[in-house]
Amino acid sequence: MSDFVYFFTFQDASIAYVVIGITLLGIGSAYVGTYSFLDKKALLGDAISHAVLPGICLGFMLAGEKNPLYIVTGAFLSGALATFLTSWLKSKTRLSDDAIIASILSIFFGFGIVLLTVIQKSGNPEMAGLNQFIFGNAIAILEEDLYIYGGLAILIIITLSVLRKEFSMLVFNADFGTSIGYPMGAIRMIFNVLMILAVVIGIQAIGVVLMAALLIAPGAAARFWTDKLSKLLLIAGAFSAVSGILGTYVSFVIPQMPTGPWVVVFLSLFAFASFLFAPKKGVLSRFIARKYYLKKTHQDHLLKAIFHGLEKGQSTFPIEEIYESFPYKKKETKQTIDDLVKSDLLINNQGLINFSAKGKSEAKRIVRLHRLWELYLNEYMNIAPDHVHDSAEKLEHILTPELEALLENRLNYPKLDPHQETIPRDNDEL
Amino acid sequence: MTGDAISHAVLPGIVIGFFVSGSQRGLEVIIGAGLLGILATLIINWLKNKAKVQLDASIGITFTLLFAIGIILINMLAYKVDLDQECVLYGEIAYLPIDLWITNAGFSMGPRIMYLAVLNLVLVIGFIILLYKELTLTSFDENFGLVIGLPAGAINLALMSMVSYTTVSSFEAVGAILVVALLVVPPATAFLWTKKLTSLIKLTCALGIFISIAGYYMAYLVDSSIAGMMVAVGGVIFLGSALYKSIKPNSLFGTSTPSKPLEI
Repeated sequence: MSDFVYFFTFQDASIAYVVIGITLLGIGSAYVGTYSFLDKKALLGDAISHAVLPGICLGFMLAGEKNPLYIVTGAFLSGALATFLTSWLKSKTRLSDDAIIASILSIFFGFGIVLLTVIQKSGNPEMAGLNQFIFGNAIAILEEDLYIYGGLAILIIITLSVLRKEFSMLVFNADFGTSIGYPMGAIRMIFNVLMILAVVIGIQAIGVVLMAALLIAPGAAARFWTDKLSKLLLIAGAFSAVSGILGTYVSFVIPQMPTGPWVVVFLSLFAFASFLFAPKKGVLSRFIARKYYLKKTHQDHLLKAIFHGLEKGQSTFPIEEIYESFPYKKKETKQTIDDLVKSDLLINNQGLINFSAKGKSEAKRIVRLHRLWELYLNEYMNIAPDHVHDSAEKLEHILTPELEALLENRLNYPKLDPHQETIPRDNDEL
Repeated sequence: MTGDAISHAVLPGIVIGFFVSGSQRGLEVIIGAGLLGILATLIINWLKNKAKVQLDASIGITFTLLFAIGIILINMLAYKVDLDQECVLYGEIAYLPIDLWITNAGFSMGPRIMYLAVLNLVLVIGFIILLYKELTLTSFDENFGLVIGLPAGAINLALMSMVSYTTVSSFEAVGAILVVALLVVPPATAFLWTKKLTSLIKLTCALGIFISIAGYYMAYLVDSSIAGMMVAVGGVIFLGSALYKSIKPNSLFGTSTPSKPLEI
């Protein structure tokens, strides 16, 4: 607990640096990642993040120590080379995208491992710090690192905000951009540069292996909460920053723990929680909406069946007869009748079912919508009368009162549908 | 990308297997990794079909999460398990000859890993020979396979299980990440040179053998990680082939009629 207070009150200046650094980095990579997620190129981030390893090692070998400037430059150059090779291979060979990405990723990483072992055998005492780049150690962020990583993160965020229109065009409809005269090639290049930079700034805190998660997961998780790009970016940034801080906290409390894996675990928790529980798009709310819809349609069909009986002149409806008109659904039908009785639409008089006044008008409404829609399809869409039923069977549950009024108006309050059946109105005798 | 995803995702299974069996020798390791490989495939499918996450993001999220859990487990169990981060990353072939299989009578049968590798080779060859026709059909046209009544889902699952098993048995030698290179780079290189499936398989095997030997020799020369050097050699051959093919696109091996479309 005292650790908790110590960490979150930022008494220690170095902790404040770390938290600022990881927040900026999280937001920056979440921004870039959201765009690349929308562009359906999420795995390119994975390739780049593995591919920066040889650059880090070369930078280290040239500088002879853990100089952030050399390392960032090296990482950037090898990330750029990998990105270039990926698009070059794509245009020159008939290899599939994922084969190209997997090859580039593993070749660069393998080469990086060769360099890493060469450095290891050379016995440089600074070597110990280099392993941190693989799994990340946010606690080791120093003030001088912060200026470089934080500065780059701010640069990414600003560029993305300024060029938001251009990048949105790039990910949603690049061809449109070309046709109205935007230099889409140059915009894609700037975007790739930003993506590489986002990976480069993450290597100290998260590590090369797991950096891909910071690019992919925030965008994917935020996508479940909103359809607007501006909100999407904000939510993705927030998820990423919060997981970054939580991950740093864990690796602060347990010194042996690398930061990267914990950030990824927290981020994935957010992502999976979004997939499951997000309103509207989450698995759970879609399940509930589906259940509700099925229940509603069954109620509508039941009311309709009784109404059709009434039209044919039948006056009493034994419950068994209703069960028979919905074969293999006895249990569900019984439940639906109980529900309808409870909501005062049907009256159950010792096994004989009949409408209440409210129920009758509801049944009329459904049948009316069904027949209006059939007539509309027939008159305006020129669809033959024997083809309109299936569509009306679906639309009768969905049409709103506004649409109903519009249909009535368009069709001039018709009396008959294409099958010569009366369209029921509230003040009819029936 | 499936090979990449699975090779990352089996890590927690390997660590738990190590922990349960207390050693690297146990059957538990292979079972754990196999289970995680299948679990990863299931999670990816669930995210894609039920939660409607786009495919690349489902793969990315699943394998990074499982890999992260694996690394965390290694750190938590660091004192109980003889396994460290470096081993996960790049394995160490050089130590393997020390790990001998000694029978109860005290007779040395040679390096233990060699038997594992031979077993793996036999299984993979048997798998391909037995299911050659079915595998070809499901990889080229899964829907046609389904229409004529092949259990395409089961065949894919079997293929993924073979990938998981191969990953696990190569894990000690080359590590979880570089095994991807050995799975993907030789066929990708061979794919540039031939359009016939049988030649593709032969060329891939030849390349695999050449990369291993050349990589080992190079690593011996510069004294570096053997697995890393194998991959680097593979990369040079791959990029060299791609460069050559981009200059002279019509040169092919293994087919006498290069203008014909891909035949089986």
